Amino acid sequence: MSLYNHPLKAKEFVRNDERMHWHDKALWFVREKRDLASKSIPEWEKLRTYAAQIKSHTMANLDKYLLEFEANAKKRGIKVHFAKDAKEHNEIVYKILKENRVEKVVKSKSMLTEECRLNPFLEKRGIEVVDTDLGERIVQLRKETPSHIVLPAIHLKKEDVAKTFHEKIGTDEDNSDPSYLTNAARENLRQKFLNAQAGITGVNFAVAKTGGVVVCTNEGNADMGATLPKLHIACMGIEKIIPRAEDLGVFTRLLARSATGQPITSYTSHFHSSVENGEMHIVIVDNKRTPFLQSNSYKNALNCIRCGACMNTCPVYRRSGGHSYDYVIPGPIGSTLGSFRDPKIYKTLSFACSLCGSCSNVCPVKIDLDSQLYTHRQDLREKNIISNKKRVTMQFAVWLMNRPLLFSFISKLARKTIPLLPKAVIYNKYNIWGKHRDIPQMPAKSFKEIYKEEFKND
Amino acid sequence: MTSKEIILQNIRKNNLVKDLGLPSYSNFGIKFDDPYSKFNQMLESVGGKTLFIKKEEIEDTIFNLFSKEKEIASNSLYFKKGNFFPNEQEDAHLLKNIDVAVVDGNFAVAENAAVWVSNKNNRHRTLYFIAQNIVILVDKKDIVHNMHEAYEKISFENISYGTFISGPSKTADIEQSLVIGAHGPKSGYVIFIE
Repeated sequence: MSLYNHPLKAKEFVRNDERMHWHDKALWFVREKRDLASKSIPEWEKLRTYAAQIKSHTMANLDKYLLEFEANAKKRGIKVHFAKDAKEHNEIVYKILKENRVEKVVKSKSMLTEECRLNPFLEKRGIEVVDTDLGERIVQLRKETPSHIVLPAIHLKKEDVAKTFHEKIGTDEDNSDPSYLTNAARENLRQKFLNAQAGITGVNFAVAKTGGVVVCTNEGNADMGATLPKLHIACMGIEKIIPRAEDLGVFTRLLARSATGQPITSYTSHFHSSVENGEMHIVIVDNKRTPFLQSNSYKNALNCIRCGACMNTCPVYRRSGGHSYDYVIPGPIGSTLGSFRDPKIYKTLSFACSLCGSCSNVCPVKIDLDSQLYTHRQDLREKNIISNKKRVTMQFAVWLMNRPLLFSFISKLARKTIPLLPKAVIYNKYNIWGKHRDIPQMPAKSFKEIYKEEFKND
Repeated sequence: MTSKEIILQNIRKNNLVKDLGLPSYSNFGIKFDDPYSKFNQMLESVGGKTLFIKKEEIEDTIFNLFSKEKEIASNSLYFKKGNFFPNEQEDAHLLKNIDVAVVDGNFAVAENAAVWVSNKNNRHRTLYFIAQNIVILVDKKDIVHNMHEAYEKISFENISYGTFISGPSKTADIEQSLVIGAHGPKSGYVIFIE
């Protein structure tokens, strides 16, 4: 079992105070752009309601829509594959590549292929896989994983990129101008696009009625990869289905505005067949998605359209960095997905939440993220897989709160005595909570006392 | 059992999601008093440029914009004076040196400066992305207010590929600084023809 632990990982990130605040600001800037974009649409809330409705309707009928999508895609000459897990997904992709004698692949950003660990799988079998989204390319060259689903290299400064590019593609070490670096990557990747024999892309939306898939990027990398080589493989989770083309009207309006505050991505491409004399394949993957449909608490998590708005707004994500989550998708949505799929490994993720609810407020499909994270904590406690310290503390809290008189007495005692105690006594090794923060000033009266007094006066 | 059957069975087994039905969007979405000025404003905000010209000015306009560029490709019904003919190329890779691609857009969307491009007469999809610059020509009457109206206009029955293009390609992956020209065109013009 992995020793993964969010607080410990976050500690590494927080150690660099200046960078932590810089990261926090960078993401808050994106969150503010999202606010401006959403406020420019008077029917924004209605769009969110529609989006949640379409997604729930689709999930309730997912079996029918998957079959409808498959039948319609086949009619257009697209080859459709189903994979129950990551291993099967990778094997299917490899088989298609092998049959087509492919040695070089260009890939556009796809969190699903990250989730399935496709790159190392193919590389082990002698296939060169190049990530072509600039942020993804940067982290690929650094042998890192994306730290954000929309902004994969948000944790890096331009000087870090300059150093990486200098080492890997020979740019000037001292030039960290973003335009210079982007242009160098453009030239380098253009050759990769021209030499590749296959393009792998993710899928933003798969339309059941038309049998085609929609891919959204700003850079045009998915488009270059899917239109130059003869072979295009699109990989998608089962939850990417939507019923009709007109539903795209709702999602294309919400996606980019929620993600980066843009009115739409530069390219929103609708692939409904292969290029001339080419082949198009779609791999539909479950990989622990179907169990969500059987849980009343967590079923809405499948509605996610991967805009990243929840992480941009999350005060914990902004200050702990995407890598501290150690899960393919970080932030609030990643915490709930990870905790549900592998509770033993990711038992600390649902506690990396302040329950402020900001994530649920910005979510374009209205996923109840904060409630889900709150529920996870209770599930983990019930399954007895949280740490002993947490378990004992929670048990004591339950015991105490079930005894209102004792609780009132101890609270009163604490209010009177804590201010008198020396700091060394308060911040002892058993006080985990007080490790990196101050105990708040003790109020003169408890809420209960104030409430009672006010009630009397009424 | 095949993986497909396993997945379908897992979906059907005790699916707790309630069916709320599907919404309908008739006459829905923001509308603008002047959709052209909205389009113009949005396109500029994403690094593109809008022009309004008469039909007979097309050639001069394009040659003036790109007087220094060598390879000008076109599949446009309005502009036939290109010197490179993408549809005559067997292999899409031969399009790699195109400096300017002039293409027809089917219609424009005011709310986000996207243009629906789905040319039946275009052989290689890569034309829209591999060119260093792109000019999209749109008949001035072909504009809608929002994406709901846009999807009402598109029928996927007979098309194999189409894309909404909004300005040039761009990225902000390095420290959130916007850089125009990632993998696709470094400039994006939309010309409305009156």
